[in-house]
Amino acid sequence: MSESKNNKKNWPLWEVFVRSKNGLEHRHFGSLHAADAEMALENARDVYTRRNEGVSIWVVESKNITASNPKDNGELFEPASDKVYRHPTFYDLPDEVKHM
Amino acid sequence: MSEKEIKNLEAIFEAKIARDEKIEPKDWMPEKYRKTHIRQMSQHAHSEIVGMLPEGNWITRAPSLRRKVALLAKVQDEAGHGLYLYSATETLGISREELYEQLHSGKAKYSSIFNYPTITWADIGAIGWLVDGAAIINQVPLCSTSFGPYARAMVRVCKEESFHQRQGYEIMLTLANGTPEQKEMAQDALNRWWWPSLMMFGPTDDMSTHTEQSMKWKLKRKTNDELRQQFIDQTVPQANILGLSIPDPDLKWNEERGHYDFGPINWDEFWQVVKGHGPCNKERLQTRVDAWEEGEWVRDAAMAYAEKKAERKVKQAG
Repeated sequence: MSESKNNKKNWPLWEVFVRSKNGLEHRHFGSLHAADAEMALENARDVYTRRNEGVSIWVVESKNITASNPKDNGELFEPASDKVYRHPTFYDLPDEVKHM
Repeated sequence: MSEKEIKNLEAIFEAKIARDEKIEPKDWMPEKYRKTHIRQMSQHAHSEIVGMLPEGNWITRAPSLRRKVALLAKVQDEAGHGLYLYSATETLGISREELYEQLHSGKAKYSSIFNYPTITWADIGAIGWLVDGAAIINQVPLCSTSFGPYARAMVRVCKEESFHQRQGYEIMLTLANGTPEQKEMAQDALNRWWWPSLMMFGPTDDMSTHTEQSMKWKLKRKTNDELRQQFIDQTVPQANILGLSIPDPDLKWNEERGHYDFGPINWDEFWQVVKGHGPCNKERLQTRVDAWEEGEWVRDAAMAYAEKKAERKVKQAG
């Protein structure tokens, strides 16, 4: 239900990502409502970074995110779990070889 | 889905929680889990929002600039906490408008403590010390609750709460060490806020209906009575430091139990306030509804402006 009773448009939902300091990636912090991207940034600053929690903010309208469905996790992620040869421990090396 | 399939999914679901795995919004969940979480999380969000009102009452009359900036920051935090919790609740498939509608129509509840008035400045101290103190005890276990978005929101809330309690206690400390009139004001605030604060932990265990299910889903990790006892045990020494006395003639250290014994709580009063007959229920809700309605034109104008800007961008591009 994104429209209220009188068919008025409500402020859309935005997802907020914050880089807490340079060198770290942006991380999902939560979401909020705002009329446009500019307001979403300003609201994100007030809601999620009141104590210097961030040096950079991304906002993206929630409807623009395509998410995988946990129901498909089997076919989506299981192919990776039987490929043990992708891990270093799969390979047998003599003990004399250190640090490899 | 057949009944057997649902039972099977439920068993997998419960086992997941028992293993301390988190549930995320798009995961399958029993309808009751979704409903219970919408109810508890939105009630929690509403409490943060309505909780701004009793304290907002004193912002313009704070006794110094130091107190004023602290109180402003605290009230702003409460707004932030409400917003974290609303957006976490929305991940369960309910819209913000529906949540507000439930609050404004009186269908949804919020913490009864906010239906008591703040008649002196000392009440701001007592709220920070006692009400936020009780809230912290209620909230810390929720940082490891089973629903991911709720747990994450609570981690942020708890980090910010401790400043709230400390600023309240500092107010009480200043008044308690002030003139006799100031000390009396602090004592009076403690007298009025003590019992309602104890009621914040909810009905006694034998009267509480949701405990078993909530324990399983890690919405609760300790019972109401255990949390209440923890609050009393930690608060009595703090009152002693202030030189104030807890308004309970039955309060006494019990060596054998290793806890304080305390007198009977007036549950009649508790249920009266829950049912809407507290000193400020009507006023609080009306203030909230007025704020929402009087802000409508601002929300509309912002939306219209955003749409106009977006249209202009499209035209320029074309």
